Amino acid sequence: MSILYLAFAYLRFHWIRSLVLVLVAALILAVPMVSHTLLRGSQEALTNRAEATPLLLGRRGSQIDMVMNALYFADERATPITMAATEEIWDSGLAIPVPLHTAFETNGARIVGTTLDYFDYRALEVADGRQIAVLGEAVLGAAVAQRLGLGPGDTVVSAPQNLFDLDGVYPLELKITGILAPTGTPDDEAVFTDIKTAWVIAGIGHGHDDVVSVDASDENVAAAASLLQFNRITPDNIDSFHFHGDPDDYPVSSIVVSPYDDRSATILRGRYLDPENPLQMVVPSEVIGDLVARIFRIKTLLDAVTVIVGAAALAAVALAVFLSYRLRAPEMRTAFKIGAGRGTILRLLGAETALILSASAVLAALCVILVQSRGDRLVAYLLSL
Amino acid sequence: MIEIRDLDFAYPGGGFRLTVPELVLESGERTAIVGPSGTGKTTLLNLIAGLVTPDRGTIRLDGEDIAGLGDGARRAFRARRIGFVFQDFALLDYLTARDNILYPFRIGAGLNVDASARDRADALARACGIGDKLARHPAQLSQGEQQRVALCRALVTEPQLVLADEATGNLDPSNKTAILDLMFDRAADQGATLLAVTHDHDLLPRFDRVIDFATFRQPEGTA
Repeated sequence: MSILYLAFAYLRFHWIRSLVLVLVAALILAVPMVSHTLLRGSQEALTNRAEATPLLLGRRGSQIDMVMNALYFADERATPITMAATEEIWDSGLAIPVPLHTAFETNGARIVGTTLDYFDYRALEVADGRQIAVLGEAVLGAAVAQRLGLGPGDTVVSAPQNLFDLDGVYPLELKITGILAPTGTPDDEAVFTDIKTAWVIAGIGHGHDDVVSVDASDENVAAAASLLQFNRITPDNIDSFHFHGDPDDYPVSSIVVSPYDDRSATILRGRYLDPENPLQMVVPSEVIGDLVARIFRIKTLLDAVTVIVGAAALAAVALAVFLSYRLRAPEMRTAFKIGAGRGTILRLLGAETALILSASAVLAALCVILVQSRGDRLVAYLLSL
Repeated sequence: MIEIRDLDFAYPGGGFRLTVPELVLESGERTAIVGPSGTGKTTLLNLIAGLVTPDRGTIRLDGEDIAGLGDGARRAFRARRIGFVFQDFALLDYLTARDNILYPFRIGAGLNVDASARDRADALARACGIGDKLARHPAQLSQGEQQRVALCRALVTEPQLVLADEATGNLDPSNKTAILDLMFDRAADQGATLLAVTHDHDLLPRFDRVIDFATFRQPEGTA
């Protein structure tokens, strides 16, 4: 006990040095475990989500970008396709198409415009409030709701894309009608709305005052001097909202395709094999499989780098400890003269090292536990970056 | 009583050699060793403390031959029966004055910090005038106070022999006298023998006996 008492007294007195050593040693211990935990979690999250999505239809181009955008709502902006592609899938009778519009954000969360089929398909349940019903309503993923401290009855405003975008993408206030139950997937980090609401944000649909002035008579039709466009959809103005253009041309980021059976899936894939076709249909699990394989090839490299950096940091810590021992040589001589054996002195130094390593191990374990306890959310966040 | 007979010691590699044909210090005697640097004063203290072993001869403390003890027994002997006071005080900066005084109990073979050790430490500190400064670290104490703490540390195990190596060398004149008084008083209280190396000739009249190593050390071959 006396040795531990002395060791603790030394570490407490030189607390800055001790703290630095503890933090460095904790980092050396924690980084490989945390990265392993996150990578394993990412792999599982990527794989599970991809395997739950049989087919994905989108603009021909980077398959990874398309899958990351559609499955994880990542920043990669997919060049949009049109609703005509959705209609084609419906008309084929081979699958259920679920269109996704993921171009907009609010408060750092992706606004996902879709249909109610998406909620059934992903088995998303409203934990608080109710499902979206009319234009201008939204339901929040559990993590977004918690992060923003919002609930049913509150509102969020879509982020403007460009302050000088005069022909659309005005901020639209969305009324929150419900909060989804947590799923540990990227859905927790998203704001869901009807795809038509997303088109309103895009400027394709809008509502405004009557263009005919109030004092117009049957004989004398007069246009209003100004045209006030609504940026909030209310029961009073919802009837004024309307869409321009051909519905088949309305934009869709991608379409989740749920074929009725394997045969239907094969037929559908065959229809989009032509490289001249501007659309591509991918199997997300195959795309993610390639990505995971790449990640793990990179992980091997990262492991090597971690070992090298860890060894260098460990050497630095060992050098600091060794120099500390050298600086304390007079103390050791005094201890020896007073009656301490070399074993006692070694035990004293060993106790200090053990205390530092123990504190580092506890700190590293806390980091790992923290990462593991919030692993799903962290992974979802990382995947949405 | 310390009896040194037929002592011969040389550091490995040759050069310096210390030879002491006979030296007897009575219990409770206060002896000063003076002499030029390099004449073996500190070496004699180290031999008596069992930090180094003589090539020949015996060193007996109350009849026990120190040179004949094994390493572990010598350490236990040092911890229990010898108190050291150093010129540079040799206090540990990370311990309070109380913990510095109790340090021998924490590291000494067979010693434990118990209530009686704590009481003894507090009593010694009060007797040395630092009873109200036990919670302070060395950096918060004056040099005189630091040497008082070091003196308490040397005496807390109630040793039979106190070895002081230039114990007043770093102190101002008033503190030198005060520390020497304390050393004498406390050693006398405990009936301990005091052997002090000093270069301060003003203090010599206060010792019972003075050994001048300039004349005492026997050259090689003449012992």
